[in-house]
Amino acid sequence: MTTRPDLLTSLRSLRATPPEGFDEGVLTRLGLEPAGDGYVLVDGPTEPLFVAFGPEGVNHVLAARTVDGDPGRFAEAHRARFGRGLRPAPAPTGLAAALRTGKAGRLAFDLRGATEFERAVLRKALEIPPGEVRPYAWVAREIGRPRAVRAVGTALGRNPVPVLIPCHRVVRADGAIGEYVFGAPMKRALLGAEHLDVDGNEQLARTGVHFVGSDTTHAFCFPSCRHARRITDRHRVAFRTAERAVEAGYRPCADCRPGEARTA
Amino acid sequence: MPPEDHLAVRAAVDLDGTFPDLLAAHGAAVFTTALRVSRQPADAEDLASETFVRAYRAMQGYAPERIRGLRLRPWLVTITLNLWRNQLRTAGRSPRSVALGAADEPATGDGGPEQAVLDHRSNGWVEACLDTLPDPQRQAVVLRHVVGLPYAEVAEAMACPVGTAKSHASRGLASLRRRLAVNDPLEGPP
Repeated sequence: MTTRPDLLTSLRSLRATPPEGFDEGVLTRLGLEPAGDGYVLVDGPTEPLFVAFGPEGVNHVLAARTVDGDPGRFAEAHRARFGRGLRPAPAPTGLAAALRTGKAGRLAFDLRGATEFERAVLRKALEIPPGEVRPYAWVAREIGRPRAVRAVGTALGRNPVPVLIPCHRVVRADGAIGEYVFGAPMKRALLGAEHLDVDGNEQLARTGVHFVGSDTTHAFCFPSCRHARRITDRHRVAFRTAERAVEAGYRPCADCRPGEARTA
Repeated sequence: MPPEDHLAVRAAVDLDGTFPDLLAAHGAAVFTTALRVSRQPADAEDLASETFVRAYRAMQGYAPERIRGLRLRPWLVTITLNLWRNQLRTAGRSPRSVALGAADEPATGDGGPEQAVLDHRSNGWVEACLDTLPDPQRQAVVLRHVVGLPYAEVAEAMACPVGTAKSHASRGLASLRRRLAVNDPLEGPP
């Protein structure tokens, strides 16, 4: 015999939510503006940011500079992209911590405007720790679409929530820091604020060093990986490709996962 | 004095700016009430929508002090119940009997026939039995145990003393337990 589900629990489960579009329908009948998203102006890691959010999470970030610090122009840009207005509101929980630490993995995001591919790219970018960078090809390989490198670049360029989802931590395979939605200087500044040696990292790539290994652990990493940065000069071994590192008997780091495929 | 409802306080100052938040806050309570009294999803949406339209129009005519003093949730649910009674009256008929087919609606998942029966019993079956209760008992059970209102608000919405609301709810629950035992698809009649 099975146990009878508790009647009161069953009754509670009959609680229903209004169908989608219900609120909008009522507001339209009353000639009222649909509920807008909330927004705040916050000090970002390098410059002020406008951050917009709805009940599902943060959905839009703009460097305040790009709209001359004008909330009205941010609201216009928001309406153009999402079809909703904006009103000032208290900052969502976790926003300040995410900006301070550079880790937004626990912050709620509303990415419903993005395609499934774009969401996969953005979720992957969210995994890159502060102060570290990965090539576009790494993101493509990690999400199981190794040939979609250009599409990864496009998806990151359309990131609705830059800085919080750190598309600035994805760089070109040739070592150049590359383009950024709010301009390349801001990308360098953000990485610098996260204590990445931006010039050193670029310089290294220009000299053909894309991976570094330790001759004591025989693991190899991307040069900005926190494990690579701990290797002392005496034990540091440079590699042009992951393939050569593997041929030399090195295994890929389990944290930065530099992979074994030929690099672009 | 009951504690002030912060949405009512805001609505007294800025009705248009607050109404979207008021909808978001009380949509589920009003829609659930509408669904369980009308027992038809299509009617429920109209009934819930009309509730908020009437509420907005009423508040437009109220002085700010009156809006500030409103206890929004029981007030809104009262509007839903009144609208439903008026609809029945103008239709000149007693509440329609509910199609038992409504009990087929809940998803049964992929757990096989036995799980389907369990799901059926835990949701669809309770729903079907609930729909057959007499109006006052059903309303009290819905407001107290489905929507989750405290008895003071149930009584306010049903325009009756708290004791009466409690007795409707408890007689409703007892009746539900009896019906569920008799109609149990696994155990059959005793």
